[in-house]
Amino acid sequence: MTRLPHPVLTLSLALVWLLLANSLAPGQVLLGVLLGWLIPRFTQRFSPDRIHIHAPLVLLRFVALLFHDILIANLNVAWLILREPRQLTPAFVVVPLDLRSDLGISAFAGAVSLTPGTVSSWLSPDRRSLVVHGLHVRNPDALVATLKRRYEIPLLKVFEPC
Amino acid sequence: MLDILLSLLILTGAVFIFIGSLGLVRLDDFYTRLHGPTKATTLGVGSLLIASMIHFSLQGNGISVHEILITLFLFITAPVSAHLLSKAALHRQLRSRAPLPPLINTAETEK
Repeated sequence: MTRLPHPVLTLSLALVWLLLANSLAPGQVLLGVLLGWLIPRFTQRFSPDRIHIHAPLVLLRFVALLFHDILIANLNVAWLILREPRQLTPAFVVVPLDLRSDLGISAFAGAVSLTPGTVSSWLSPDRRSLVVHGLHVRNPDALVATLKRRYEIPLLKVFEPC
Repeated sequence: MLDILLSLLILTGAVFIFIGSLGLVRLDDFYTRLHGPTKATTLGVGSLLIASMIHFSLQGNGISVHEILITLFLFITAPVSAHLLSKAALHRQLRSRAPLPPLINTAETEK
């Protein structure tokens, strides 16, 4: 057992603790770091793979892009709901995955669900394709291409550079 | 002036949450209904939380940031629960307006 199994998780847990306490008092910082150190040690068996973030800047840009897209997607879906629902053309599309890591696939599925009128619905048992349900799909191939270009390529750079 | 801004944020939030819930009534199959709660509500809750952050930060007890955590937890849990609901629905082969992809049918019958 290494002393610090998940440095990224340690940092995030400490940050979450400080946000939860809503304070930057030295005692809280110390407690946050302590929790961030102990919790990953006790939960190491659940996530044996070490998380590597290879391109932090790409990750930051990805998060910014995600917030922007969430805003657009919200307006879009709200408009689709208010319009005549019978005119919607919902569809399932299959996105072939290039991501291989658990974290990468989860992040991709989460991004897909939060953004452009799509919800990730099903991951094939061989983890090679993700089935996505779109609320109003005009061109399935274009949708798959957009999802791969906008979300999968940055995530590949962050979690699995070759 | 500030009150107007806060009221606008709260109203926007309420409107989006309402539209998200309205989606449950107006849309007509399980899969399309999933879209309302996962999307329209994130913006709704988001603007309510921004209003809360501004309001409590200006009360004089230091800045209030734990609303960011609510956003974070919401953004992690909403897609996961939507995915699980949708996966369960596909497994039970619920009625769907969109044709199911052949991939799922073969995998489900092989089990």
